[in-house]
Formats: sequence, structure tokens, C-alpha cells
Amino acid sequence: MIGRLVALSGVSRPRLGVVVALGAVATSLGVALIATSGYLISRAAQRPPVLALTVTIVIVRFLGLSRPLARYIDRLVSHDLALRSLGTIRSRFFARIEPLAPGQLDGFRRGDLVARMVGDVDRLDGLYLRGLCPPLSGLAVAVVCVIAAAVMLPEAGVILAAGLAIAGLAVPALAARWSREPFARLAAARAQLSSQLVELLRAAPEIVAFGAAGSRAEAIAELDRELAALTRRDAVRAGLADALVMLAAGLTTAAVLAAAVAARASGSLDPVLVATVTLLALAAFEAVTPIPRAARELAIITAAGRRVLDLTSRRPLITDPGAPLPSPSRDATIELAGVTARYPGSPRPVLEQVNLRLEPGGRVALVGPSGSGKTTVTNVLLRFLDPERGALLFDGNDARDHRQSDVRAMFSLAGQGAHLFNSTIRQNLLLARPDANDDELRDVLARARLAAWVDGLPDGIDTLVGEEGRRLSGGQRQRLVLARALLRDAPVLVLDEPTAHLDAATAEALMSDVFAAAGDAAVLLITHRSEGLDAVDQVVALDAGRVTSAAAI
Amino acid sequence: MPVPTTVRPRRIDPRLLRRTRGSRRALAVDAALGIIAALLVLAQAVLIAHIAARSFDGAGPRALSLPLAALCIVVTARAAAAWGFDVVGRLAATEVLSALRGDLIRSRLRDTPAGLDAQDDAELAVAAVAGIDALETVFARLLPQLVLAAVVPAAVLVLVAAIDPLSALLMLVTLPLVPVFMWLIGRTTERRALARWQELSLLSSHFLDVVRGLPTLRAFNRGEAQAERIDQVGERYRKATMETLRLAFLSGAVLDLAATLGVALIAVTVGVRLVEGDIGFEAALTVLLLAPELYLPLRNLASQFHAGADGTAVAGRLLDAATPPATPVAAPSPIPAAATVRFDGVSFRYPRAGRAALEQVGLELAPGETVALVGSSGSGKSTIARLLLRLAEPSEGRILAGGTDIAACDPDQWRRGIAWLPQHPTLLHGSIADNIRLGAPDAGDELVRDAAGAAGAAEFISELPAGYETTVGDGGRPLSAGETQRIALARALLREAPLLILDEPTANLDPASAELVRAAIDRCRQGRTVLVIAHDDELASRADRIVRLTPAAS
Repeated sequence: MIGRLVALSGVSRPRLGVVVALGAVATSLGVALIATSGYLISRAAQRPPVLALTVTIVIVRFLGLSRPLARYIDRLVSHDLALRSLGTIRSRFFARIEPLAPGQLDGFRRGDLVARMVGDVDRLDGLYLRGLCPPLSGLAVAVVCVIAAAVMLPEAGVILAAGLAIAGLAVPALAARWSREPFARLAAARAQLSSQLVELLRAAPEIVAFGAAGSRAEAIAELDRELAALTRRDAVRAGLADALVMLAAGLTTAAVLAAAVAARASGSLDPVLVATVTLLALAAFEAVTPIPRAARELAIITAAGRRVLDLTSRRPLITDPGAPLPSPSRDATIELAGVTARYPGSPRPVLEQVNLRLEPGGRVALVGPSGSGKTTVTNVLLRFLDPERGALLFDGNDARDHRQSDVRAMFSLAGQGAHLFNSTIRQNLLLARPDANDDELRDVLARARLAAWVDGLPDGIDTLVGEEGRRLSGGQRQRLVLARALLRDAPVLVLDEPTAHLDAATAEALMSDVFAAAGDAAVLLITHRSEGLDAVDQVVALDAGRVTSAAAI
Repeated sequence: MPVPTTVRPRRIDPRLLRRTRGSRRALAVDAALGIIAALLVLAQAVLIAHIAARSFDGAGPRALSLPLAALCIVVTARAAAAWGFDVVGRLAATEVLSALRGDLIRSRLRDTPAGLDAQDDAELAVAAVAGIDALETVFARLLPQLVLAAVVPAAVLVLVAAIDPLSALLMLVTLPLVPVFMWLIGRTTERRALARWQELSLLSSHFLDVVRGLPTLRAFNRGEAQAERIDQVGERYRKATMETLRLAFLSGAVLDLAATLGVALIAVTVGVRLVEGDIGFEAALTVLLLAPELYLPLRNLASQFHAGADGTAVAGRLLDAATPPATPVAAPSPIPAAATVRFDGVSFRYPRAGRAALEQVGLELAPGETVALVGSSGSGKSTIARLLLRLAEPSEGRILAGGTDIAACDPDQWRRGIAWLPQHPTLLHGSIADNIRLGAPDAGDELVRDAAGAAGAAEFISELPAGYETTVGDGGRPLSAGETQRIALARALLREAPLLILDEPTANLDPASAELVRAAIDRCRQGRTVLVIAHDDELASRADRIVRLTPAAS
């Protein structure tokens, strides 16, 4: 699984190797500084001529300078790697889910799971920096230190190897296994408290108005107490791993020292090396102290990574035919013929035997309560979902025989589902036609009755609209979305619940402008409200996925 | 996302320090454990130097068995102390955060600001729960680290001075270089780093925005083009971040350099003096082992500072929201029962926007009558409902019930006589039955069903697989706006309050459901005072009286 994440991040083995090596070098220089200083002191204690120490002194000074430099370079290179990998993961993730949205991705149908999806991707930024590089470079440093110790004193090498293995492998692995379940429970408790808090904050006026404030606050306090208890237990566990590593480090150093003392006494070790090998052992543990944290980090990353990989490995169900027909004509009659449609993995179909006919220039309203399948009709029309039975036809030709882009070019989408990007009015409009000039933009704004308002803004058409158009009022948002749809100038204008959160007066005004602005394009109005129904030719009623009436007016 | 380690933080919010009062003891214990752990490290260094020196001079394992055993004990004690230091710090952080959360909830329920951004709510809630990590860093690491940074270098200096005054002097001279360099470089890079940092967070939320808009992009056949842009944006992000990090890591590197050079300098100086016989081996080795411990607390402090910045920012956010309790109303007046409600010259101004929602409004509701309040959007109709519910206080004027100013009554008692259907009702996570019971928690199942029937909701609820026990709300089964509306109406009806406020009850309903609701309202008008805020002419026409509001002059 980590292997698959590494592959997704586009980092090559050599590159990773370089980064790991740099980290190992930086740490090793630090260890060498301490050990060499120990050697210097021990040699100096033998009172040799000062010249005998010159080389060692130079080495110590060099290490003192080079270690910070190496650490600096290591940090830059490893952060650069992390940023590159995140960038690659994001763009590959996007490219892979692009053909799946929205029909094959739950996040677009069941509330804001999109944020969670993106959160999972973002969490992968720690894959190298905090997850993989510390253990890998730690391992490299450990090997170098063990070899160096063994050269000085074989027993010391063995003891150090054992100590580093316990501290760097056994303890983190055991700690990870031991804390996995409690950590999952803690994460779940936090998520629950978080969602309860959001609910409380958002619904505070109602909760207060209905006198339920006391009981809700108490319910949250109860959750808080549970969370506190779980946090306490987790704190104890989490700290234990680090403490055990520290203990292993200390006891190993003591053992190495004892071995050195014994070897010195029996004459098999040069007295100068007693302090040296001990200090080497002491300093070597710097390599493994970050490993418990890295283990925890990897646990989080693998959980997020699993969800991300699940999405990126889904295969798109909507594909282009090998030999597509030419694009449908602008005057094509569009028809849903006996369409039964179901979202992947869903037990029941959302649409059953739906017939709908859109003549060129015609005005059709699709009405029905929420959950009756109206948005699914839009998804089928735009080929975000293929019918299970029946077909989407353009002048009698099955949509599956056309290119997806040609099918979608037949429609302009406006309404609640149309997204406004956190950018300027201009940028949002240009989405419909990137090469549109300012006159064309002004034209559609005028048709949507926004021109006067835009002119009145200090930044005019370059005004930022905020996230999802938050800086605009409900009515203005719908008009901007409409202007964008008009700019596309597609044969069919699909309005999916354009008046959903507007008050009646604003809704009426909007709808009357919509039909005027649509010109000779066909209009499919999807709504559960009454505004706009007086201007259509035909009203099709949908209930629980079935057409219940199709009255022409 | 990786944060530069030496971007200087704002000073620690004094309100945060005041809040630690309850956890003072825990924090004191924490600091003590940290000091003990640090002192044990010093003891460890002394013992190692002693054993190595004696071995150098020829002592054998048996002679050194006692010091070796002592070393093992010191090592174990140090690990235990470090563990305690870690745990107690986290526990202290948990306590403080728990208290902050409680205050946040209490203050939010007490003063519910009108029209707060949903985004703010979500951010606040996330901060209140996830803020534990950030606050943990402040309490469990930063604050104790401050103590350690003060105590440990002093201890090291004292110890070294006792062994070799000259080395102590050298340490004393090199030590201040560390914070001075930190400060110097930090100053010059800080402002640029912070500005860059804000730009970077904009870049990273771009990805979420683009993913959210994916269906729209595909509908416009721009999905693939966007994939390329993501690449470009990512590349720009990387370059901008690396530029910032280059500077930020530089201060870290200088700090590193100062510390490592310090150790190297001490090693060389001591070595030379050792050769010349000015210092003994054990003393020299001890000094060498103690040298890194001199700089370590300051280096740890530096690496905790950035996390401390995040933590204090989060805490500041929560502290802003968790305002202290308002001064209590003195001796609340009794609640008049089923009396005439009168608005007397009431004005209301939005606190943030400063524009007026209501200006000098007069309104009267006689008991038992149904009044329809109409007016174009923006004329302040919903504000009237909020004022009646005492979710906000008028900027001018009074609201009287039977002659008594409702502001003088106890708010909770007053609200018991009101049932409210808001314009955008919220369903809480739980069963439909529990949602209907929100205002009347002790109501039996019979009554719940009756209320649902009266609201025109009984039919669709009984068609759901789990019926009244269906889980709705966040994470539950999604319902249409109309279905939500009808459940909220059932909730209001179950409460059986003498005053019923309905804010646009037919707004999100299709014609059939709207008629059901109108009929329901007709049925329950008897014996109740009903204020209907409406756009629906049909609905308004069924009222006893229509009051028209015109927008306040802005």
C-alpha cells in the first residue's frame, strides 16, 4: 500500500534515495562530531605533542561547520520532495477522478464528502517528510554507526545493533499495534464531537428557542468527558513509545560502556577508544528517536491513502465509442426513451421507464418532490450516468455513439448545482467560452440583468465572488450562473432548481428574465416550485423515479 | 503542510495564560518533571564521564560495577520522568481545551448572533475539537520548554563552573549568540514569510474549490484543461513555498551552526588545555558531554515556537468566541399569560454591517388572532421573529407583552410560550421523532404522531423504512426541503405554545404540500396567536389581518 502511494506520488527510487542519503549524512555528521570529540579528548589525555592532535582538531572543526550545512540542505531537499509529491498526487488524483465525477463519486450526492476527500489527499503530504524519510535515513545511519562501533570493538557493534533494532524497529512496531485501535476510537470520538458541535453552533437559535439548550449542552459535555478519558489513555500510550526508545538508548549506552570497560581492562581495547565508542553509541540514537512519531504518522497516512487509492483505482464507466458519430445538430430532438438509471452500487434504480422529449426551442418543466430523481435526469442528459435500460437519443441516435464532449456541448447548465469558483466574475464567465471578449461578457450580463450591478462594483467585472459565490446574494448568484450558461450558447438550457433558496419575489423576477434571455434555445426547467411554470409548453411530473404525468399546456 | 520552524509567533495571548489557572498545578508538575528529566540527563553525563575516565586510568569492571549500576538507574529514571513530562503536559492541555469548549457552547447558546456565517460555525467547531493538537503543543511543549530553557542552561553552567570555571566562561559567552542570531534573522524574514504564508493557504484551498466544481467543469468540457492547470498551480505553489522555506530554514541553520560550533569550540579548547595539563581527563570529558545539553533547550524552544504560533492563533479564535457571561438581569418580572404583544418603536441594526433591519416598527398581536406579516425581502420580517424570541435585542424601542417589557422577563421562561418555525429549519442528528420532540421532550408517541399528522408529514414519514425512528440530520438520511419544513412544523405544533411564529412556512414546498401546510395552519389557529411571515399571497389571505413591512432606509 505504501508502495502504491509512492507510485502515485511519482517519486522515483533514485530521487528518494538521494533525499534519504542526505538526511543520513546530516545525522551522521552530528554523530561523528560527538564521537570524534570524545576521541580528541581521550587522545589529548595521553598528553601527546599538540601536533598529533592537529588532524583531529581540524576534523572536529570541519564537522562543526558541515553538519548545520548538511542539515540545511537536507531540509530543503526533503521539503522540496514533499511538495513535489503532493503536487503530483493532487494532479493525478484530479485526473483520475475527473471522468468519475459526479455519477461514480458519492461525495457529490451525499453532502459535503468532497471536503473529506480533499482532506485525505492533503494528509498525504506527510508521506515522505514525516513518514518514510525518518525511518529510512535512520536505518542508514544505524548501519553506519554499528559498523563504526564494531570496527572499534566487535562486542560494542553487536550491543549497539541490538539496541538500535529494539529502539528503531521493535518499539515503534509494538507501539503502533498497541495504539491502533484506541487511536481509531479517539479519532471517531473527535469526529463525533466535532459534528455535534457544528450542529449545535449552526442550530443554536432553534435549540435556544425550543428550550433545549440545557439538554444539548449536557449531551455535548458528556461526549467531551468521554473524549477526555480517551485522550488521557492515548496520551499515556503515545508517550510510552518515546520513553521506551529513550530507555533503550540509555541502557544500550551503559552496556556499550560496560563492554568497553571490560575490553580495556583485558587489554583488547585501546584506552583512547573507551570514551569514543561510548559517545558513538550515545549519539547514534539520534537516528531512531523520530521513528515512533513516524510510525504514528504512517498509520494516519495509510488510512487516508487507502481511501484515496480506492477512488483513484475506480474505472470510469462512461467512455467514448471507438468510431463516434459526428456531433448532434443544434436542432436535434433530444429524448429520454424508457430510461431506467441507477447509480453504481445502489440497490434501487433512481429513474424507472422515464420518457422525456425536448424539441428544439421547446420549453419543458420537470417537477416533483426532492428525491424523485430530477437531478438524475440532468446527469443522464449530460452523460454523467448511462441508463441501465432505455436510451438517451439525439435525433434518434443513441448518445453512447457520440463523443461525451459533443453530448455535453448540447447543454448549458445553470441552477443550484452549478458551481461558482473562488475567482472573479470574469473568470467564472470565461469558463463557458475562454475566448469570449469583453463585449460578449457584457452582453450576457445584460441579458441576465446583472450589467447595472456589475458596473456599480468598484472592481467591476474583476470583482471576486468568494468561495462558491458566497459574496453575492442568492439571486445574484443564480443570475451569474445563468449569464455563464447563456455565454455558452448551447442549444438546450438546463435549469436545475434555479429558485431553490430564493424568496418568491426574487424567484419570480429571475424566472421571467430567464425565459426572456434564453432566446431560441430549448429550456428544461427542473423545479419543485411554482415560479416559471406559466412560461413552459409542457410540464412533466416525476415522483420516485417515475413519470406520473406529462401535460402539455 | 510543513511550516517553517523559526517564523516568530505573536506573543502568547494573556487570556490563554489566565485560563491556565485551573491547570496551574498540572503545569507545575509538568515543569517539575521536565526539570527532573533534564537534571537526570546531566547526571547521566557526569556518570558516563566518570566511568570512562576511570576506565582510561585502568579501573576494571568490578571496580566500576557500582557506577555502572547507578548509570542504569539514572537512565531508567530519566525515561520515566520524560514520559511523565509528556503525559502530564497533554493532560493539562486537554483540561484547558475542555473548559474552553464548555465556555464556547455556553456563550453561543446565550448570545446567539443573528445571521452568523455557516462557514464560521464549521471552522469554529473544528478548531474547538482539532484545536487540541495545537493547544497541546502550547501547553505540553511550549510552556514547559520555556521553563526548561530558563532552568537547564543555568544548571549546566553551574555544574560546569564547579568542574572547570574557564569552560563555564566559554559557555557563557557562546550561549547568548544562539538567541541573538535567532532574533536577528527572524526579524528580517518574518514579515516576508508571513505574507508568503497567507498566499500559500489561498493556493491550497484552490484545489478544494476545483474538486468541488468538477461536475460544472465537466459540463463545460473543461475538466481535462483544469487537470493541466492543477499541475501548474502545484508547481507555482512548490516554488513559492521553497522560496519561503529557504529563508526560514536559514535561521534554523544559523541556530544549528551556533550550537554545533559551540560544542566544537569547547571540545577543541578543552582538548588543547588537556594536552597542556590545565585540566583533568574526567573534567574534560564531563564538560564535553554537558556542552550539547547547554544549547538543546533553546533549540527545542525554537522548534516549538512555530507550533506555538498556530496554537495561540487557534486558542485566540476560541477565546474570541467564548465571551464571558453577560451581566444577569436583576429579578426577572413575571410572564404575562396569553396577552397582547406589542412592538413599540422598535429598531434593530445589524452589529457588524451597521445597516438597519428595522426602523421604528410598531406592531400589535392580540391573543387568538392570526396575523400575516408581508413585505419584500430585506424588509426585516425574520428579524421581527428573532426579536420576539429574544434571540436578539432591539437597538431602540421595546417589545411589550400585556404591558410588561419582555426584556425584563427571564428569557427561557418567556420562550416557553413560543413555538417557532424558522425560514430554514435545521434537523438535528437523531430520529425524526426526537426532532419533533425538540420543544417537548416528554411528549408521548401518540402526540408526536398527531403533530406530524397535523403538519402534513405523517404520510411521508410512515413510508420511510424506519418510519419515525429514521435517523436524519447530518450524516442521516437526507430529506427534501419540503419534508424538512413539515417536520419542523410538527415540532412547532407539538410544543402547544400560545404564540406560534411561522417564518415562510410554504416557501420550499411544491403546490400540493403547500396546500397541506396551509390546511394544517388553518386547523391549529384556534385558540392560538399566530404570526405568519409570508410571501405566499394565498396563505396571507387566510389570516385575520395583514401587516405590511417596508424596507428600512439604509
